[in-house]
Parts: sequence; structure tokens; C-alpha cells
Amino acid sequence: MSEMTGSSETLVQVRGLKFSYGRRVIFDGVDMDFLRGKVTTIMGPSGTGKTTMLRMIGGQLRPDSGQVHVDGQSVPELSRRQLFELRKKMGMMFQTGALFTSMSVFDNVAFPVREHTNLPEQLIRDLVLMKLEAVGLRGAHKLMPAELSGGMARRVALARAIALDPLMIMYDEPFTGQDPITVGVIMQLIRKINDTLGLTSIIVSHDVAEVSAISDYIYLISNGKVIGHGAPSQLAASGSGWVTQFMHGQPDGPVPFHYPAPDYATDLLDGAGHE
Amino acid sequence: MLNWLQRLGRGALDNFAGLGRASLFLGHTLSGLPSVLAHPRRVIAQLHSIGVLSLVIILVAGLAVGMVLGLQMYNTLVDFGAEASLGPAIALTLVRELGPVVAALLFAGRAGSALTAEIGLMKASEQLSGMEMMAVDPMLRIVAPRFIAGVLALPLLSAIFSAVGVLGGYFVGVGLLGVDDGAFWSQMQSRVDFYDDVLNGVIKSVVFGIIVSWVALFQGYDTVPTTEGVSRSTTRTVVYASLAVLGLDFILTALMFRDV
Repeated sequence: MSEMTGSSETLVQVRGLKFSYGRRVIFDGVDMDFLRGKVTTIMGPSGTGKTTMLRMIGGQLRPDSGQVHVDGQSVPELSRRQLFELRKKMGMMFQTGALFTSMSVFDNVAFPVREHTNLPEQLIRDLVLMKLEAVGLRGAHKLMPAELSGGMARRVALARAIALDPLMIMYDEPFTGQDPITVGVIMQLIRKINDTLGLTSIIVSHDVAEVSAISDYIYLISNGKVIGHGAPSQLAASGSGWVTQFMHGQPDGPVPFHYPAPDYATDLLDGAGHE
Repeated sequence: MLNWLQRLGRGALDNFAGLGRASLFLGHTLSGLPSVLAHPRRVIAQLHSIGVLSLVIILVAGLAVGMVLGLQMYNTLVDFGAEASLGPAIALTLVRELGPVVAALLFAGRAGSALTAEIGLMKASEQLSGMEMMAVDPMLRIVAPRFIAGVLALPLLSAIFSAVGVLGGYFVGVGLLGVDDGAFWSQMQSRVDFYDDVLNGVIKSVVFGIIVSWVALFQGYDTVPTTEGVSRSTTRTVVYASLAVLGLDFILTALMFRDV
């Protein structure tokens, strides 16, 4: 066990994490700490394994090697029963919302409460309406998921994720494909819910401006490694070429604009009639 | 040549791996049965969507098959002056064979494909992942109640199919072709044995219920979570379940009716 596992400061600790899909290396020795009460964001280009990291923390995937500790427990070593107990302390908001399409908004939010408690229905009603009020959708509790906009669906998913008052909440690409107003609403909710409920939040995103505004700490990952980390202001002022390119959205740099190819002129002149 | 061998080997390995996953899936489903029994309402809800909503097609098909049987068998039996045997002939054909088999084929097409599409789309839209992250096991909450409902529904649907088929045969044989009413029912009563015929038919439909539900639920759970993947899995459910029913029917018939 690492010396950090019992730390009261760190809720989630990742050490020496290695993971591959077949021959494709996703993580090649990644270390991360997610502090209690803070909003920490994992950023990086598409396909770098940001969502995979959330699945590792949630125990849906097991690393090839390395450690993932949540609240002092080693996630890959937990039995299925222990893992499910730990997940009761976690909330997750999926990119699509992942609402149950056959249930109303109310029943979606009530689902985890009904599954894990024996509370009377009147109390469940009050609890669900309070959670929906927190995301501004109390008035929509009778609607079906098909009647919601994308942004509303994510807010319902957020209400469902906090239904059991978890220790931490994970957000998978919460801003992708949303209009500016919805992005603003979700940003405000993430920060407000984190601070008022005393949660620990982990966001996976590649929206630099949005996460910089609400995050306490950011990890940048690429090619299986952490290539930069720090407070948003530190990263914005970083001298690293890669970090600068990502944080400022520059089209060319350490990550080249062009896919590797032979010399342009040679290709045009010598390739006539080829292929 | 080497490529061909390679493809053959890969195909065989993939099939064995799929069979292994399907076996583990069935084991996991069966381990969830005690939890399902503690929540009978979940099974009842599925019995409605799997069983009750399949009733129309079962009733119509049963009636049509019974009427055709009445017509065809009468034409053969009347040549031998044995039209009084129409009742038992129709009843035995339906109870032993056509009831369980045709009901299972219709069930695979109507309810099996719906189960695969439902579970597959739940997977594709991350509803199953979401459930897991809420510390709820989808195998217990989603799969096991549907499995039990499928196993309970098919024998009932088969029984209804056979009963309606007999009525269809009666309508054609007695109502239209003039077979004696008393002979139709009394011969049927004396020639159809409860254990040898009816019970064996019920056993067949229980086995078919297990197979069709297993195939349908596994194909949904194991689907590639894309639109095309769900479409392929739904097709596979109907094809695999139908072939399994027909193959098993031959084996079960050989075992059950060799001395009858």
C-alpha cells in the first residue's frame, strides 16, 4: 500500500497506472491525485484515454498494472460486492446522460434511492424533488427523457448522480455539444454542487476555457503520460510547447497539423499515375 | 492457403470464445434467480411485455394452423373412412410438435428480437454502464427478470397456441366438413395421454423458452454498441434461436416419443 492511501487530503490516488487495449497503449505509468473537496479535471486530445481513466476509478476496467485507490480502498483488488458498496459513494454523469428511457425524470432520479434504501415513497418524493430543484428541473419531473433537450438530460443525470449524496462525482465530457447557455448552466452547477455538498469532482473534458474557469487543478495527458499538471493559471503560463499548444488551441506545434507523409513536392511529382 | 487457414482458425476461436461468454452469462443470470424471486413484480412486468403482447400473433397463428391441419388431415383420413380420428390427429400434432415449435419460432421473432434490441440499445446508450456505476447489477435488475419471464411465458403461449389450434380444427372438421361432433372430442380424449403427450409438449416448450430467452438476452448484452451492432444482434437472435429450437426439437422428439 502506498503511503498516500490513508491520506485525509486525497480521495482518489492513481500510481504507476498502465493499461492497453490490445497493442494500443492507453496509459504508460500515470500518477494522479484527486484532492477532497476540489474540482480536478483531466484534459487531453480525443482518444487519449480520459474516459478510460474514469472507468478505472469506477472499477469498470482493471489496469494492467499500477494502483487506483479510492477513499483508501484499492479498486482493482475489490470483490464485486465490495466494488458495488464503493460505487454507492460515487456518482457519475455520462456524456449522453444515460437516463433510463423507459422511466420518467422523477423515476430516473428516484432509481438509485429505491434500489439502495427502504425509504417510504413520500420521503423519496421529497428527496427527488430537492435534487431536481438543485439542477433547476423540479418542474420537469413528469417528463420522459425523450422530451428533454441534451442539456436538460445532463442536468437530470446530475440530479440522479447526487441522489445518494456521494463522496465524489465524475463528469464525462459534460460540455460536449451543448449551447453556450447550457454550458454556462452546467459549469455553474458543477462548481456550486461541489462546494455546497462538499463533494470531490473529477471532470474529463477537452473544453479548455470552461474547465479552466471552474477547476482547482488540471492534469493534461497525451500518449499515455501526464505531460502537464497544475492550477489552470499555472498551465496557461506554462513554457512547455505541448501544454501551450493545447491550452491555447494552436493548430500546429508538438502535435503536428499534418499526418506523417512523404515530402509534399516529391509526392506530387513522382506519384503521377500511382495508385 | 495460409490466409484461409488463419481465417478459419480465427473464426473457430471467436465462436468458442462467444460460447464461453454465453455460458458465463447464463451462469450469472441463474445466480440472480433468488434476487428475482424477492421482487416478483419485476417478472410480472416483463411477463406482460414478453407474454401478453405476443398473444395476438400466437392466437392468430394457432387458429390458422389448426384450420389448415383440419382441412389437410380430413382430406387424407376420409379416403380411409377414418375421419372420426381427425380430433386426435389434430390434437397430437399440435400438443407434441407444432404447438411448442411454432410458438417458439414466433416467440423468437416477436419477443426474442425485442429483448435483444432493448438490451442492446440500453448498452449502446450507456444505460447498463450507468446502472453499474449506481451499484446496481444489470444482470440481476434487467437480465434475470426477463429470463424468468421468457421461460414462464413460452409454455403458456404454447398451450394457448395448441388450444386455439384444436378449436380451429374443430371449426373446419366439424363445422364445415361434417365430422361427428361426439367422435371428434371422445376420440381425442381417449387417444391423447396426459403424460406421454401433453407433459412432453410442456417440457419441450420450457426447454425452448430457456433457449430463446438465453440467446436473445445474450445477443443483446454482448452486442457491439452501435446501430449496426444492435441490428446484427437482433438478426442473429432470430436465426440462432430458430435453428436451436428446430435442432433441439428433433433431439427431444427422438428421446420422448421413441416408444410411443
